[in-house]
Amino acid sequence: METKNKAMLSGQHFMNGDVACAEGAIAVGCRFFAGYPITPATEIAERMARRLPQVSGVYIQMEDELASIAAVLGASNAGTKAMTATSGPGFSLMMENIGLAVMTETPCVIVDIMRGGPSTGQPTMPGQQDVMQARWGSHGDYEIIALTPSSVQEMFDLTIEAFNLSETYRVPTFLLADEIIGHMWERVNIPSAKSIKVVNRKKPVTPPSEYGPFKPDEDLVPPMACFGEGYRFHATGLTHDEYGRPKTDSAEVQQDLVQRLCEKIRRNSDKIVKVDRVLLEDAEVAVVAYGIASRAALSAVRKARAQGIKAGLLRLVTVWPFPDKQVEEVAQKVKALVVPEMNYGQIVREVRRVAKETPVIFLSKLGEEPHKPLEILDALGEFRK
Amino acid sequence: MRLEIRLAGFGGQGIIRAGLMLAMASCIYEGKNAVQTQSYGPESRGGACKSEVVISDEDIDYPKVVEPDILVVLSQEAYNAYVETVKKGGLLLLDPGMVPLRESKNVGVRVFMIPAAKIAEQLGKTIVANVVMLGALVSITKIIGIEAFRKSLLSNIPKGTEKLNLAALRKGYEYGKKLLEEADTSLNIA
Repeated sequence: METKNKAMLSGQHFMNGDVACAEGAIAVGCRFFAGYPITPATEIAERMARRLPQVSGVYIQMEDELASIAAVLGASNAGTKAMTATSGPGFSLMMENIGLAVMTETPCVIVDIMRGGPSTGQPTMPGQQDVMQARWGSHGDYEIIALTPSSVQEMFDLTIEAFNLSETYRVPTFLLADEIIGHMWERVNIPSAKSIKVVNRKKPVTPPSEYGPFKPDEDLVPPMACFGEGYRFHATGLTHDEYGRPKTDSAEVQQDLVQRLCEKIRRNSDKIVKVDRVLLEDAEVAVVAYGIASRAALSAVRKARAQGIKAGLLRLVTVWPFPDKQVEEVAQKVKALVVPEMNYGQIVREVRRVAKETPVIFLSKLGEEPHKPLEILDALGEFRK
Repeated sequence: MRLEIRLAGFGGQGIIRAGLMLAMASCIYEGKNAVQTQSYGPESRGGACKSEVVISDEDIDYPKVVEPDILVVLSQEAYNAYVETVKKGGLLLLDPGMVPLRESKNVGVRVFMIPAAKIAEQLGKTIVANVVMLGALVSITKIIGIEAFRKSLLSNIPKGTEKLNLAALRKGYEYGKKLLEEADTSLNIA
């Protein structure tokens, strides 16, 4: 039998990011994990393999990543909170069924511990090269949610948040961490079970005869019955009406469905988006960063302040939906934005789109070492009075 | 104050575990802030391997080592790669058996030579060379109390190896202590 203390290791721990992610998942009620081990995400699978049986959950090592995400969707449709974890090459393999998750509005959490790409790239080295793939990797128009932890504590906290968002909006939600955050060991405080916010998917209140698995409420999110609960539930990757019946030749149904899949996230983006504002009140120059790059940025901003440079940091906790308003608000107040990323230019495109006339300085970093604080400080140094 | 430690060698020497034990001792058993990061190649053994620890009384923003206060090297390759990175006035701990060629021009650094592999071999298993080295590090640098480190060590090793590991810790600690006493006068000259 499941006991509370086994699901919730309340107290102070010294853990790595991957393990903290697994513990966050278990704490919020994830009871199914299907995956295929891959560096640097393997420790998540290892931890889940050991921990899930202790809380009456199921761990399956699948034959590959295509099957992993398919099994996750099946488990979720049966009513279980489900997750998989991978890295770049496996993430690529999952893209087709991520599209199916979007289309069938199946809640699930996909963790990508990013390493150097393209292809098999640098398996043990960090990267932030999959942020655009998370947004656009599957075909068609859609919206997803993606969170970018920058500490081991956030690997725990944001995994919980990812499940809650996924359940709230019936949308696949991504946790995008890099190898450093995944493998880094830091202190983690795991709170008591009752202090953790747990959101479960909306259940139907209508009788089975009136239920449509894709009939939305006011918030554009349809209540979700589980397979086998007595509700008729037809799910398909084909364009479908509110009852899940394929409608492959109706422009109207296609228009309504795609629009709703996008708008249920866009209209709620104020509720979804989280950013961390540091020293921005009087800032004349600001760094916009996420994940490991934001740790160097924070150090650089503190050093800049010590030198009399009015620098601030806008740390993106949510990268998708993109925090348009929050970035725009900062862009309008400062002389320039600095965007360090461990890729060759991805989120910086979004920052430029929103910043409009405000100059945006991009600092690319590829390979083993993250940005050094001094490299970011150099860019900020140009705004010394 | 921020303290940066870099440990480097090759895969299989317990470099990553060594960094982890230091960070855990400091964070969990001494209540400071500590973070450990690592870098290694795809090989399970033999490739270059690096483990970094940052310890601070304050919140740690940047988790990587920029300019180590303490460098521990267990291979010639690691020595060559990192010897020049040590902060002026910093410490270098090395195993002379693993680093036969020592031609650094980094003069502002105090060097301590600990034959960790040899000592571990005498204890019966070279696998504990990392613990010998850490024992010496604890007694020479005093960055962590021996009790905190002992607890961290015990929570990081497989059951049944306690006796061997504690012996390695003691040997390393004593060797470091002796080295420090002998070094006291010569240090002033350098």
